[in-house]
Amino acid sequence: MYTTELKERNQAVQGLSLEREDPERLAAFEARVAADDFIEPKDWMPEAYRKTLIRQISQHAHSESVGMLPEGNWITRAPNLRRKAILLAKVQDEGGHGLYLYAAAETLGITREEMIEALHSGRAKYSTIFNYPTLTWADIGAIGWLVDGAAIMNQVPLQRTSYGPYARAMVRICKEESFHQRQGYEIMMTLANGTDAQKRMAQDALDRWWWPSLMMFGPPDENSPNTAQSVRWRIKRETNDELRQKFVDVTVPQADALGLVVPDPKLKWNEERGHYDFGDIDWDEFYAVVRGEGPVAKERMTARVKAWEDGKWVRDAAAAHAEKRGMRIAAE
Amino acid sequence: MNRNWPLWEVFVRAKNGLSHRHVGSVHAADARMAIEAARDVYTRRMEGVSLWVVPSNAITASDPKEHADLFEPAEDKVYRHPTFYAIPDNVKNI
Amino acid sequence: MLPDATLADYALRLGDDSLVLGQRLSEWCGHAPMLEIDLALSNIALDLIGQASHFLKFAGRAEGRGRDADSFAFRRDALDFRNCLLVEQPNGDFAQTMARQFLFSNWQELLFAQLQHSANDTLADIARKAVKEVAYHAHFANEWMVRLGDGTEESRARTIAGLEWMWRFTGELFERDPALKPLVDAGVAVDVPSLRPDWEDRISRTLAEARLELPKPRRWVMGGRVGHHSEHLGHLLSEMQFLQRAYPGAMW
Repeated sequence: MYTTELKERNQAVQGLSLEREDPERLAAFEARVAADDFIEPKDWMPEAYRKTLIRQISQHAHSESVGMLPEGNWITRAPNLRRKAILLAKVQDEGGHGLYLYAAAETLGITREEMIEALHSGRAKYSTIFNYPTLTWADIGAIGWLVDGAAIMNQVPLQRTSYGPYARAMVRICKEESFHQRQGYEIMMTLANGTDAQKRMAQDALDRWWWPSLMMFGPPDENSPNTAQSVRWRIKRETNDELRQKFVDVTVPQADALGLVVPDPKLKWNEERGHYDFGDIDWDEFYAVVRGEGPVAKERMTARVKAWEDGKWVRDAAAAHAEKRGMRIAAE
Repeated sequence: MNRNWPLWEVFVRAKNGLSHRHVGSVHAADARMAIEAARDVYTRRMEGVSLWVVPSNAITASDPKEHADLFEPAEDKVYRHPTFYAIPDNVKNI
Repeated sequence: MLPDATLADYALRLGDDSLVLGQRLSEWCGHAPMLEIDLALSNIALDLIGQASHFLKFAGRAEGRGRDADSFAFRRDALDFRNCLLVEQPNGDFAQTMARQFLFSNWQELLFAQLQHSANDTLADIARKAVKEVAYHAHFANEWMVRLGDGTEESRARTIAGLEWMWRFTGELFERDPALKPLVDAGVAVDVPSLRPDWEDRISRTLAEARLELPKPRRWVMGGRVGHHSEHLGHLLSEMQFLQRAYPGAMW
């Protein structure tokens, strides 16, 4: 559900120079990508392209898998059976999306275990949004509406990304996610039209999730050094700022329809630009969360690591059993 | 001990009358588990009526470097296509 | 439909079993040993929550006091819950969760296989749809019992412990309740003692394949069907019912 460009400001592209690549093959590759052709796993590709993709896809997969936690926090407390089933199905979808994406990354020559190891050791990043806590039921509405809304905006263009397996995974993900944002908005509508306590809950959730949702589009373009190359390679198709603006433009009227107030005093429709102007994002907070200083970053990683370590004996047992069964069949 | 579950490629038949189509992959310790995982992962929305799972390492793929040798020879065999033949408009049912 | 307290009580037993186990399984979501297992357990939980919705809705109609599925699920205290003790047992580790699923789903499949021929059309319809779901749950759990029982030393020990823990709650599944006699006689409810031979046969076959032994006979722990639960259910309910209790009358 979520791609955020998390590269920190001064991080070099990958330390991998395109100059070392065979110029003829590189030119042919660039021409194919420029013509919107798809690159498939066994095709030749520059090492920097492969590495960038591994990083982006695995980051995206980690975001889906860690993203199960904040919403999973409310499955057992969902307020009625319908909401419980919807939320469980949604969180399950996120697990599924993580799985599609890990599978897409694996076609680039890395294993899921290696990616998970990178996540658990802190080398790999995931979307900063999941390091915020879900304090009330309204957060489940706000996540569906805002976080999934931002994610969809990010992801729709990726259906045409140049790497075939990634693009195909994104097609599937976008199709499945169409209900995620709507169910979130429906929760917000119910709360906004509910009791005073529910309205307060809804406004409070919007207050807390608005700015982190805007941060999901990543740093401003001028601080996003790899954007140009990623756009050229069709790994990204629109810049962070373009997508962020688009998100603000569609979301503000949705908040108005709910009768909720977007927590930004500078938010104002700009007739001349045909867009909303909005206030400054607290980038210090963004980079702090990227560094792992988010409010519940520790809890999220502890939960992932625990699930993985507690599950080791299960994975080992199934593998051992398959081996035994294989040997028995061979002996017969 | 560290035993990672192997990767399986998943193919789904959307409905009878259609071929199985590749949809992605799963990790599973054995074939039965792979079928069940494929069912849970790839057919949550009634996407299929039949599943195949194949160990990924059992698939031999053609090499893109041989693309020209393998596929270009077909390009000049235009006589395999019906539009290659000019038939007068007044001749029907052919 | 005329109010029928016995029929409502029977529907609550069926619905509460599915509800409580669905709630338990949903606790796993995001914490399973492998993403593939997260998806599998969520699917099973979704099936169970769906069944619960149908049974509890029907219980409301049978009761005739205007209660819907949510009021049964979210606004009853433990004394009024009618689920068996087995389903409310904590997840423990994955072996314990699978042992519970194995013992329960094999029973529930046999139960629904008969219930789909119930003289009550609604119960029969619900069971007809659910029996396919539950057959998959049983299959899934059987396979895991074999993998874990015949896997590593550690998985074997954990599986034995899980089975030992859960075994004492299985007697309740086959306990004939005199209160249900009119429904059994009318062909509406399933006579559960009759399920035992088939269940034991299934359980023994899978355990043999898993190279595990049937747990030793012991004194059964019972009481769920009359509302005398383990301490665990109260905690499960306090979590599940939190919002409905904190904001009485609110719509969600």
